[in-house]
Amino acid sequence: MGAGRARAEPLELALYQRDAGVDRGNAAAVCFPGTGADVAAAVRVAARHDRPFVARGSGTGLAGGATPVGDPLVIVTTHLNRILEVNPEERYAWVEPGVLNLDLSRAVDHLGLHYAPDPSSQQACTIGGNVATNAGGPHCLASGVTAMHVLAMEVVLGDGSTTMLGGLEPDQAGYDLRGCFVGSEGTMGIATRIAVRLLPDPPAVRTLLLDFTSVDAAAATVSGIIAAGIVPAALEMMDAEITRAVEDFVGAGYPRDAAAVLLVELDGLAGGVAAQVDAVRHVGAQHGARTVRVAADEAERALLWKGRKSAFGAIARIAPDYYLHDAVVPRTRLVDVLQRVYEIAGEYDLTMMNVFHAGDGNLHPLIVFDQRDPGIWERVHAAGDAILRTCVDAGGVLSGEHGIGLEKREAMPLVFTSDDLDVQARLRDAFDPAGRANPQKILPSGSRCGEMQRVPEGAWV
Amino acid sequence: MTPPARLDELDELRETIHAADAVVPVGGRTQWEVGNPTTGGVEVRAPAGILACDPAELTVTAGAGTPVAELAAVLGEAGQECPIDARAPDATVGGVLAAGLSGHRRLRYGPLRDRVLEVRFVTADGRLVKGGGPTVKNVTGFDLPRLLVGSLGTVGVVTQATLRCQPRPVSARWLTTVGDPFAARQRMFRPSSIAWDGTTTHVLLEGHPDDVVAEATAAGLDAGSGRDATEGGPSWPAGPHRGRISVRPSRLRDLAPALRDIDGLRWLAEVGVGTVHVATVDPARLIAARDVAAAHGGWLLRETGAPGIDGYGAPLPNLAIVKRIRAAFDPTGKLSPGRLPGAPAPALTSAS
Repeated sequence: MGAGRARAEPLELALYQRDAGVDRGNAAAVCFPGTGADVAAAVRVAARHDRPFVARGSGTGLAGGATPVGDPLVIVTTHLNRILEVNPEERYAWVEPGVLNLDLSRAVDHLGLHYAPDPSSQQACTIGGNVATNAGGPHCLASGVTAMHVLAMEVVLGDGSTTMLGGLEPDQAGYDLRGCFVGSEGTMGIATRIAVRLLPDPPAVRTLLLDFTSVDAAAATVSGIIAAGIVPAALEMMDAEITRAVEDFVGAGYPRDAAAVLLVELDGLAGGVAAQVDAVRHVGAQHGARTVRVAADEAERALLWKGRKSAFGAIARIAPDYYLHDAVVPRTRLVDVLQRVYEIAGEYDLTMMNVFHAGDGNLHPLIVFDQRDPGIWERVHAAGDAILRTCVDAGGVLSGEHGIGLEKREAMPLVFTSDDLDVQARLRDAFDPAGRANPQKILPSGSRCGEMQRVPEGAWV
Repeated sequence: MTPPARLDELDELRETIHAADAVVPVGGRTQWEVGNPTTGGVEVRAPAGILACDPAELTVTAGAGTPVAELAAVLGEAGQECPIDARAPDATVGGVLAAGLSGHRRLRYGPLRDRVLEVRFVTADGRLVKGGGPTVKNVTGFDLPRLLVGSLGTVGVVTQATLRCQPRPVSARWLTTVGDPFAARQRMFRPSSIAWDGTTTHVLLEGHPDDVVAEATAAGLDAGSGRDATEGGPSWPAGPHRGRISVRPSRLRDLAPALRDIDGLRWLAEVGVGTVHVATVDPARLIAARDVAAAHGGWLLRETGAPGIDGYGAPLPNLAIVKRIRAAFDPTGKLSPGRLPGAPAPALTSAS
């Protein structure tokens, strides 16, 4: 690795103590490899010193997945940012892990192709980080999460060896190790080259905004749309608080007095899209939608999306800090789970907003607060735990797209038995027998690391 | 053989698996010889039956022993489908998952592994465990469902699975052409399947009737000539010795003439996917097809027949990791012994 590519000054290390979540750790050293061979060399150095290592992309993760635990070597992939190959005929691209999500879609836009996963942080987050967390985004409703878009990966394993998982051919002999690796939050190794699937841009796209006088009606419409046999490209919901905040912030033309709005995107071929626009109108009307606005042109469509994508920027104007949750419930339970989520906010005297991927039941309750309020952090966490339990009790899971990381590993027993967790540990250890790759993530342990502490800071915006 | 286990018989299934020296889960035996044949053991069956099907969730949960035809019928009543598309109706959900056989509509709907949200399975030591979760979106823990798809019964005995479904298309038509399948593919937005035997191309288009016509027209196909998907479509290569080739989709163009040169080999390629189904009456020709696949950077999985030849034709990729997984999940090598390389030393098999 070249000179200046490794650092151990305290100031530098402090920058890598945490990701965009709230858990803080300590890095022993940080390095910035420029090639896959550099990554392998760094992992071997860690092995020689019997140190763990933690891979890190842009640090936009919200679950502490990139937080350094156990004085590890932090391996930052942001210099590995080349798009190596784009193949429009076979519709794939080979990229390095530090390529930014949005940069990839921009790079293939002129070919009429795009990369489907589009997390809200897509301007800042890396494809490598997306692989680690199996990232989603609004358009994963129809197109699927990252695991469905990764064909192959060159990975560096915990012993510093390099291998290929998956491939460009449709099946590989033996186990789907590629599938095991995606979403493993850096605990199985570090991807150094990734082949992702590119999708053709749909010939027809229509974007609708439906507004409602109750959250229940909006949530019931979500189930109604799916039950009507429509899987929109995206189906997003925003409640009254966030709708007003967004409207004040960007002026997207959202109705300021709505209790909730749904942003529905339908794409595909013209005939099906037109029929689905009519069907969504009908379902909305059945559930009491006050207005259904269909974007007339690309400019209006972009404006409607700008509102949704500016949600987190808009929040910064309301309170200095926020804590963003991520859980999934069966879509048919949205109405009652949302009711309970608002009750929990009331019980803990917290301001709560909801802007989320309603179509796949992926809730993102967002608590806004000012960390200077005494005792606020305890309330925020207690409310968060109550929300998580509500989602699990409704048959849901702990995370839809942010991952478990450090944040939720102690909650894993809510959804898994000790036997379930044991087999997961076996799979993880089979990839990394020495346990050096991002230890103490995902799976719960008996106790938290002594160095860990909760730091009351706002999450990544 | 033990009788099909009902849901309330899982304890019995667990005890059987725990006690046996060798265990072989059995579905509909429609993919019985895929890979390498098992050396045998106590045969066990997973429970059958639909456990949950809610149209507004677009998911279905079924016992692994449920025939795919039953799954399709139940979903069909709700106007939905799960495109696992097993060609034999008595194939079971668990069997299809274990065999890892993606359906012929993979081009549009993706591989089988993308359909499985949650699995429950019995481990080699008789524990009933869960992997994944029932929701359509989930990153809660390690992805055991993907490990199990295609694992040929060597990781655990799957007892039930939750699958992602989709609305049934309003219109579904098979159209044929003798034109270039690769060019046709580039002119269509999202055909469901393009099956090519080297002469005739069969294109499956699904969706709104207007869109089916539009796609057909764009690809230069006669939309009026199509047949409904329930009666049209290509004939899949049949013969006593069968396999499937996996090759980069762009290599099909060069692979095709080489396959054509193998006398008496029947084949059907999934254009855009890279799977080629091959069948022959002569095992030597299956080996020849394997050699052709390897020459084009691919490989051939033996599906049936050709006794004595290796199921995979080459060492498994990442065999060291595979071996560690197998040692971790099945330290005595009791699960489906013989099927997949990399097993720990198998225990002595008991008579079934």
